[in-house]
Amino acid sequence: MDLGTITLKLLDGFGVTCLLFLLTLVLSLPLGLIISFGSMSKFKPLSLTVRTFVWIIRGTPLMLQLFVVFYVPGMLFDVRLFSGDNGRFLAALVAFVINYACYFSEIFRGGIQSIPRGQYEAAQVLGMTSKETFFNVILMQVVKRILAPISNEVITLVKDTSLARVIAVAEIFFINEMDFLSRGLVWPLFYIAVFFLIFVGALTLFFGWCEKKLSYYKV
Amino acid sequence: MAFLEIKGLKKQFGNTKVLHGIDFSMEKGEVVAVIGSSGGGKTTFLRCLNFLEMANEGTISIEDGFYFDAGKVYSPAEIRDMRLKLGMVFQSFNLFPQYNALENVYIPLQLRSKEKIKASIPFGKARREAINAAQIENKAKAMDLLVDVGLSDKAENYPCQLSGGQQQRVAIARALAQEPSILCFDEPTSALDPELTGEVLRVIKELKDKGRTMLVVTHEMEFARNVADRVIFFADGVIEEQGTPEEVFGNPKSPKTAAFVK
Ligand SMILES: Nc1ncnc2c1ncn2[C@@H]1O[C@H](COP(=O)(O)OP(=O)(O)OP(=O)(O)O)[C@@H](O)[C@H]1O
Ligand SMILES: [Mg+2]
Repeated sequence: MDLGTITLKLLDGFGVTCLLFLLTLVLSLPLGLIISFGSMSKFKPLSLTVRTFVWIIRGTPLMLQLFVVFYVPGMLFDVRLFSGDNGRFLAALVAFVINYACYFSEIFRGGIQSIPRGQYEAAQVLGMTSKETFFNVILMQVVKRILAPISNEVITLVKDTSLARVIAVAEIFFINEMDFLSRGLVWPLFYIAVFFLIFVGALTLFFGWCEKKLSYYKV
Repeated sequence: MAFLEIKGLKKQFGNTKVLHGIDFSMEKGEVVAVIGSSGGGKTTFLRCLNFLEMANEGTISIEDGFYFDAGKVYSPAEIRDMRLKLGMVFQSFNLFPQYNALENVYIPLQLRSKEKIKASIPFGKARREAINAAQIENKAKAMDLLVDVGLSDKAENYPCQLSGGQQQRVAIARALAQEPSILCFDEPTSALDPELTGEVLRVIKELKDKGRTMLVVTHEMEFARNVADRVIFFADGVIEEQGTPEEVFGNPKSPKTAAFVK
């Protein structure tokens, strides 16, 4: 097999990896914000339920959650929710989104709760509604405070996508194992490392840029 | 009836009674200094006036503004409207760090303008134009206020680039922008280095000369003595004594006051 074929095949797998990464990010960030509001709710039954859920998700391996999402609906209700290649991908996406939303929610919660009360009070006496206060005063300060922990999570997510192979999602490692490793070709593994290094490198540059963009103010 | 009239204001936190029924009134254009030892309830008093705390009993009324009765229930929107009649300057400035001085002053104004415009013009180009026009107007107004507090050259600076005294002056401009009937200050110079208190007190003095009605909690006895029209001495949740600075400082009637001002 020549380098071109191998590259194309791996790129195929890497495309799935990237798609899983992007969709997870786009869906889990807003979901995480909603979960963080739930966990901070003054309505105790809600906040307790949400916090327990977050604890369970953060306290169990992502791999287990992948299996649960993929198999349990079928076992319980005898429905094949996730069939075919797309179904597998969808199952992986659901598990990733739930898992990462919970991690992000804790980061958001920490960030939101670290904003001093004085900021809320100043906004209040200036006649802002709670919605205006959140979007005009609090949010940008939270963003600045959580940028570093979020970037860590995001970089972890890039590498966590490889877990999707346990339910046979055709991401890069799965392709590699099917097509190359099984035929005794070991070196593409190092080739894969290069893909990840470039991806993570780009993300690191991006977050560095964000940090610089936000450096004009201190919180 | 006086311009600001407070009757029987009571506030407690759990079982701790902090305000024991405050009766207080103030005329338009008057500057009142509130003094008293730590824990006497001065901050709580101002916070009740600004509805940052809800009083448990009593009434607050402002002649051209509102009548608040602690026994009644008010919606958040009603509270917000009443709040805007009073301005508040905090000890710790509480500027918004992500906005520069000018933005700190005009953004809260712009939000109020937007709310009004959205209520009267439902959608479309006319609405966008009205919002843009309001923005220009509000920015100009904010700039004028920064000029008033002597910070026209710092309009583009972020709070982290300003000294404490400058930050507090921006906070004063920001509070003035809402055109409150009464401006409240809670120890506006206590977080400042001694050499910076002067510039803030000077701004407050200038506001007095322009006829602003102000209620100033302060530990600066010189300021209370020289600038205030009236001094009230707070002790253990009651107004122990009040009068002109000459009376309170020169000839205190209550032994508590005498011990404090001595
Ligand atoms: N949110 C709160 N919960 C419980 N107790 C409070 C709260 N706020 C104030 N207190 C109590 O109320 C009392 C009066 O406090 P307040 O801050 O009004 O005093 P102050 O006169 O402003 O004092 P200082 O000169 O130190 O600023 C204090 O005993 C304080 O512990
Ligand atoms: Mg105080």
